[in-house]
Amino acid sequence: MHRALRKNAGFFYILPALVFVGLFVFWPLGQLVYLSLTDTSLLGGGKFIGFENYFKAFEDKSFWRALWFTLKYTVFITPILMGLGFLLALLTAPNRPLRQITRGIIFLPVVIGIGSSSLLWFWLFDQQVGLFNKALIDIGLMAEPMVWFTKADPALIAVTISITWKVIGFGMLLFVAGIQSINGEIGEAALIDGGSYWQRVWYIILPLSMRVILLTTLISVIGSMLAFDQFYIMTGGNPRGQTFTSVYWIYQNSFISFKLGYGAALSIILMLIILVFSSLQVALSNRSPAT
Amino acid sequence: MTTLAEGTAVRRPAEYVARAAGESRPMGYLIGAVCVAISALMLAPLVLSLLASIKPPAEAHEVPPNYLPRGITFDNYLKVFDFQAGFATYLGNSLLVAALTIVLCLLLAVPAGYGLARFRIPFKEGWFILLLAPLMIPYQALLTPLYLTFSQEVFGMRLANTHLALAVVHTILQLPFSIYLMRNSFESIPRELEEAAKVDGSNSFQMLRSIFLPLVIPGIVTVALFAFITSWNEFLSALIFMSKESNFTVPIMLVSVRAGRLGAVDWGALQAGVVLSILPCVLIYVLLQKYYVAGFLNGAVK
Repeated sequence: MHRALRKNAGFFYILPALVFVGLFVFWPLGQLVYLSLTDTSLLGGGKFIGFENYFKAFEDKSFWRALWFTLKYTVFITPILMGLGFLLALLTAPNRPLRQITRGIIFLPVVIGIGSSSLLWFWLFDQQVGLFNKALIDIGLMAEPMVWFTKADPALIAVTISITWKVIGFGMLLFVAGIQSINGEIGEAALIDGGSYWQRVWYIILPLSMRVILLTTLISVIGSMLAFDQFYIMTGGNPRGQTFTSVYWIYQNSFISFKLGYGAALSIILMLIILVFSSLQVALSNRSPAT
Repeated sequence: MTTLAEGTAVRRPAEYVARAAGESRPMGYLIGAVCVAISALMLAPLVLSLLASIKPPAEAHEVPPNYLPRGITFDNYLKVFDFQAGFATYLGNSLLVAALTIVLCLLLAVPAGYGLARFRIPFKEGWFILLLAPLMIPYQALLTPLYLTFSQEVFGMRLANTHLALAVVHTILQLPFSIYLMRNSFESIPRELEEAAKVDGSNSFQMLRSIFLPLVIPGIVTVALFAFITSWNEFLSALIFMSKESNFTVPIMLVSVRAGRLGAVDWGALQAGVVLSILPCVLIYVLLQKYYVAGFLNGAVK
């Protein structure tokens, strides 16, 4: 017994973590699948109803609208985050004092909570006391304060601005690491060859950063597809439910309308969509050495 | 805030990028100006929020608003301190949940990292993948079943509405990263140290305590740091699981500050709350930037 314990010591060290993951990730995952096949609600129920919830989901216009809105948000914000993030990385990649400080400042909002930043921007966007409106008027971009949250499109733009401020440093820092890991000699050679800065960016830096860019894009897309906090706080799903995201709609069904079984089915549909992106991410991660 | 690059300067710094862009002197000035402008834009919301938090109520509700306060008051902070159950309660909740999350992450990830890095285990790759698999499952999807489980009585305990329940959810979020990081920390320690201890006849637990732990302290700090920030900032599960008002964490309290009384938002108090909620994260980032950036780059793109 004692020898067996010693021989398997390694396994005993990983056992607690395995038990935790089993108990709080895989077991709930199984429960989720089962729940999705029942009519469980917080008020009772729990009868097995087969794929009824899934059929219902396919006919649920609100769910499709939420999914479509989430997709729209993702397609809108991802190029901004990646493009701007890459430009900022080009600007701040050289290790010089001013650029390093700038890099540090751009990254700062990444560490604060999305709840706090959303409440901060909710105030900045307010049509009466909001300083963002005032700033836009002062620099002459607008004549009078804009009402951001009563229509879906301005609301989407407002959320996008606030989230760009909040997470732009995330991609930037990963891109900086990618750019810095490019072997200096390649750049030196190109420098001797002549050619403009932007040619070097296009022919050397961009292609060699492709893997980091793809991975970061996938991380960013997954994050946007799971957006909740910023919409819950800034739009509340309004106007008329037009800014519900998928997670928001699942939350709404599960914890406001108490339809847990139905919410579980929606969760599984969303999870399968996310799985497409996260499998791509995993496939990319294992291919070449890390940046 | 000058050390950010130290963690990122992998291999050779790409100086050619700088030289290329800053070849001429006017170009250098232009780039400097752009850097300053961008920094100002990024800091502006935080500075404005800080300024709004010390504006007297009348100024905070002025239409149109002013950027700078004319008078200074700490009334907004006093209002937040007295908000419903009191800020101390919500702060205590947040800190307790964060502390539990840190403890859980370390208790699970340190041994797991040690086991994965230093032992021969049958099917090790498989276990490792299993431990990282939660990364593929959005935690948002697990909240309903967890909610149901926590509201049932298990061994005479009901976890619903407890700090521990929320800490468990935050640990789910943070554990794969923690295990990955600890495994790398343990792997980077040279074999020779271990051999010497084995000759001494130490068992694996004694070796963990006396040889390995002191050497993986940077990893432990990083795990704790990220566990704290994740837990402190997490919103959705805190919103769902902490249904009793006195159990709210700081982010959830902020939303009720905004809801205010009679539907009117108290903007000054709201920004005071925002400042208080941001402060710990900013302090940690500024003071422990080296650990933060190293951990970030280690975990994010793997």
